[in-house]
Amino acid sequence: MSILVNKNTRLIVQGITGREGGYHTRQMIEYGTPVVGGVVPGKGGETAEGVPVFSSVRDAVDKTEANVTIIYVPAPYAPDAIIEAADAGIPLIVCITEGIPVLDMVRVFHHVKRKGSRLIGPNCPGLITPGEAKVGIMPGFIHKPGKIGLVSKSGTLTYEVVNALTLKGYGQSTAVGIGGDPIIGTSFIDILELFQNDPDTEKIVMLGEIGGNAEILAAEYVAKHITKPVVGFIAGQTAPAGKRMGHAGAIISGGEGTAAEKIAAFKKYGIEVADSPAQIADII
Amino acid sequence: MKIHEYQAKHILSRYQIPVQKGEVATTPEEARAIAVKFGKAVVVKAQVHAGGRGKAGGVKFSPTPDKAEENATKILGMDIKGSKVRKVLVTDAADIAKEFYLGVIVDRAAKGITIMASAEGGIEIEEVAKDSPEKIIKVVADPFMGLLDYQARDIALALNLPSDKVRGFSVIAKELYKAFVENDCDILEINPLVITEQGDWLALDAKLVFDDNAEYRHKQDFQALRDLDEEERAEIDARVAGLSYVKLEGDIGCVVNGAGLAMATMDSLKLYGGEPANFLDIGGGAKAEKVTAAMRIILTDPNVKAILFNIFGGITRGDDVARGIIAGVEQIQTEVPIVIRLVGTNSEEGRKILGEANLRSAETLMEAAKKVVEIAKQREAAN
Repeated sequence: MSILVNKNTRLIVQGITGREGGYHTRQMIEYGTPVVGGVVPGKGGETAEGVPVFSSVRDAVDKTEANVTIIYVPAPYAPDAIIEAADAGIPLIVCITEGIPVLDMVRVFHHVKRKGSRLIGPNCPGLITPGEAKVGIMPGFIHKPGKIGLVSKSGTLTYEVVNALTLKGYGQSTAVGIGGDPIIGTSFIDILELFQNDPDTEKIVMLGEIGGNAEILAAEYVAKHITKPVVGFIAGQTAPAGKRMGHAGAIISGGEGTAAEKIAAFKKYGIEVADSPAQIADII
Repeated sequence: MKIHEYQAKHILSRYQIPVQKGEVATTPEEARAIAVKFGKAVVVKAQVHAGGRGKAGGVKFSPTPDKAEENATKILGMDIKGSKVRKVLVTDAADIAKEFYLGVIVDRAAKGITIMASAEGGIEIEEVAKDSPEKIIKVVADPFMGLLDYQARDIALALNLPSDKVRGFSVIAKELYKAFVENDCDILEINPLVITEQGDWLALDAKLVFDDNAEYRHKQDFQALRDLDEEERAEIDARVAGLSYVKLEGDIGCVVNGAGLAMATMDSLKLYGGEPANFLDIGGGAKAEKVTAAMRIILTDPNVKAILFNIFGGITRGDDVARGIIAGVEQIQTEVPIVIRLVGTNSEEGRKILGEANLRSAETLMEAAKKVVEIAKQREAAN
């Protein structure tokens, strides 16, 4: 078992004819992900990467019974793409796009919630259930099916940890990148809850970074509701205050959101903290 | 993107938010001329992006034009937290009866826009939040309806405003919210917002930070308001090259793909007793030219004694990175040693390319971090 995506996933790609969208669609199909179509306004009826293209998400859902969508649409148009997917009733929306204005995301977040869909991202690498479905931009070959669930704000940092786990023989149930923006659709807590309820996830790895207090809320949640072992890492111990470290959300402001306070919260609530990404595999 | 107080006030003046008369001077003589023109006491205020200007002596009351000139002489050229003062704002002095704080922020936890107010005006809101959080009033606006009249009145009541001041305050709060949304801000605050001895509302100081992601819909504003003097030269070059770079104080340059991994790489150096010279994310799918540009930018920092490349290929390909490093070494002709750790997509090809050029590479991040720290220390000792 796994969470959110698996071999029953029926994936459509919004922005399938773009450079990024096309490249990653090929990669996802090659991995074995069930990609059933693409959406590009005005290109309905065409074919791309061997799957049919539709002009609207609603049309794609009607014809393909898609249940997951992944969005590779540029930032100025991505909020519209997410809302279109939610309005078409797609239960799981994954948005890879980086650079969406935060005020757009405030509205998108609440709209998606009202519609009852789940949004992962934006500004995330997507998610993968090894051996079944890769819905994202991560290199598939470093993963291996298994029983470790991963949840992370970052892309390449997750690859680093997954790689170390795989090399040590620990496979993954599902690895989810929730994204590095200040407002994201799915929080650490949402994913922790899913892992707790997934019988095939035995241990959980949580990778956080500076900025905001999502990791602290997650640590409190772990203490109350998670019975499975959780190992954590926080990136940015050497980050200065007031400077944005790449991710829009990775900024220590007003003395809040430091790595030190998050590490302290992890320890306080029983999450084992690794000194380095590689050490996570040792602890596991 | 941060902007100056005078720029933020200019934006507020387009809304129904009262700000004082004020003009910018770059010389003491100009400051004097403005004071003469206003014909009354003025305040001379340093215009830098750093906070704590008052404490640093960058804000001075000037009852006469002579005094305004004298104060401007003192303030211009002053260093405030690493920023050199190049401009001062000369404004009407106000007689303050009562000070408040009023701000709008993106609230991550509430997933919304929060309006914050406090009767503890004039001091940094972070201080108030730390020492007496109960003195901060918070109201979350509905993203589709905005800040409603009753919510603005609720804030006024919580501030214990006299009834004849509630309406004026509500207008300012609603206009501030409107300005925040229309200008795609990250932070917009008035601190202090004051009631004068004459009973009028006045925004005495303003701080505005734009959401960088919204630049595409405010291109002209961003261009007009950006102050390149407030940025590190290398950070400007990095932005132009499409790289995310932050200069730090250490001596080991870092080139990494991905923000989270870049931070973890910096932290790994610290684990072995090293100090990162920078944060640098080359982004996803970077080609050789971008890698070369990253090296060039890092090497403008004279403190850099060694460079660590940590690349986990996903969309970024190891062979592209390797070619970029080799081009960089050839073009820049640097003596700074380089340690490379390359894994993931096309990393074998990459390592082969590097090997042919006699560049050292490491297997793991820990091994690479240890090695680069040793090299930096040796070079430090050799100096």
